[in-house]
Amino acid sequence: MLIDWFTLIAQLVNFLILAWLLKRFLYHPIVAALDAREKKIASELQHATMVEDEAKKSMSELKQKHDALDKQRTQIMQQAAKEADEKKAKLFIEAHQEYETLRARLKESLHNEQKNLQQEIIDRITSEVFSIAEKVLAELADLSLEDRIVKVFCERLQNTAKSDITAMTGLFHQSNHPPIIRSAYTLTSENCERVKKNVMELFGIDSDIVVEIDTNLISGIELSMNGYSIKWNIKAYLEELNVTNEAASRQGEERGGA
Amino acid sequence: MLILAGGSALMTRKLSPSIHISRWQSFLEILVTFFLKQFEEVGLRNPARYLPYLATLFLFIAIANLCTVIPGYEPPTGSLSTTAALALSVFIAVPLYGIIERGLGDYLQSYLKPTVIMLPFNIISELSRTLALAVRLFGNMMSGAMIIAILLTIAPLVFPVLMSILGLLTGMVQAYIFTIQATVYIAAVTRTKSEEAV
Repeated sequence: MLIDWFTLIAQLVNFLILAWLLKRFLYHPIVAALDAREKKIASELQHATMVEDEAKKSMSELKQKHDALDKQRTQIMQQAAKEADEKKAKLFIEAHQEYETLRARLKESLHNEQKNLQQEIIDRITSEVFSIAEKVLAELADLSLEDRIVKVFCERLQNTAKSDITAMTGLFHQSNHPPIIRSAYTLTSENCERVKKNVMELFGIDSDIVVEIDTNLISGIELSMNGYSIKWNIKAYLEELNVTNEAASRQGEERGGA
Repeated sequence: MLILAGGSALMTRKLSPSIHISRWQSFLEILVTFFLKQFEEVGLRNPARYLPYLATLFLFIAIANLCTVIPGYEPPTGSLSTTAALALSVFIAVPLYGIIERGLGDYLQSYLKPTVIMLPFNIISELSRTLALAVRLFGNMMSGAMIIAILLTIAPLVFPVLMSILGLLTGMVQAYIFTIQATVYIAAVTRTKSEEAV
């Protein structure tokens, strides 16, 4: 129970040595390691902050670039869309024009074809009519169609207006071009002389008169003098028939369209 | 002492300041950080400065008391000479730290506060608390050893084990109390005038 002073002093010294040893081997290294780690963490945090700032800056730059690219892309797209629209409109106009041209050509082609067909029909009808008329006159009236045509033509010459005769005579004397008698077929000499005589008497011509064959007349006679002409042929009647047919066909088309 | 010093030297051979550390280093860091935090909570302004003395007090008493689990071991804290030596070290350390921190004049003036009449009482207080430290630790540890010895003669099977466990707990608590009281004394004498005003 009593205090042993030697033990006391020894324990005190012992304790102090232990404190020094622990300070040397335990506390100081640990505190130093803690401080070093704290410094290191602070340094790393600072570095991390710096890196974060740089990253933010880079991100901002990238965002700006991205926005600029996006804007550029939008502009290019808009430009392309505009050009495409313009091209489309242009192509549409060209196609429409081409369509109109082809349509006009087709229409013209059809019209020509129709005209040719009509002409062919007219020619055949004329030929048939002429043949029938000739047969009918020969069988029923014992008359020649040519004689009747010449007679009718001579009557038409006689019935020509005085003013026309005066004008035609005046032009003939100015130009001295001979009058031309055209027929669809070769006239008999009798009928030829008859026509010539009528012309000479009517216009007071003593020069020669030219006689020509013109198959376009089909069956008829025409007197041509300096652009003036007096004629009779079946074609005129057929043209009247054609006009009547065309009017009927137009009425039919109008009804169909309605 | 050999275990403490040798173990510390062994464990602190390869300390690393990096984030990845060994288990031993982690354990020691937790221990040191715990000491620093406790000392700071008690009121020490710069706990790292007093760490070697106060932490050694705790480790010395704690290890001495923990070793009672070794059969036939007599704890040094069960001897009044050892506890008196430790109390004497506190008796020396407290005024020493006070003088270093505040200066001799200022420290001596603290014995005259609040009045001159209090001087003998302050001196008695210094002596009595040193005596209290020594006797408290000695009494607790000696009583624990005595109870185990008595119980061994009465009921040699289970009770001594339970009392040994209780003794370990008491030993750790005593080590903590002794250290904290020493910390409070040092904190009281190292407090400057400005801190006292606050």
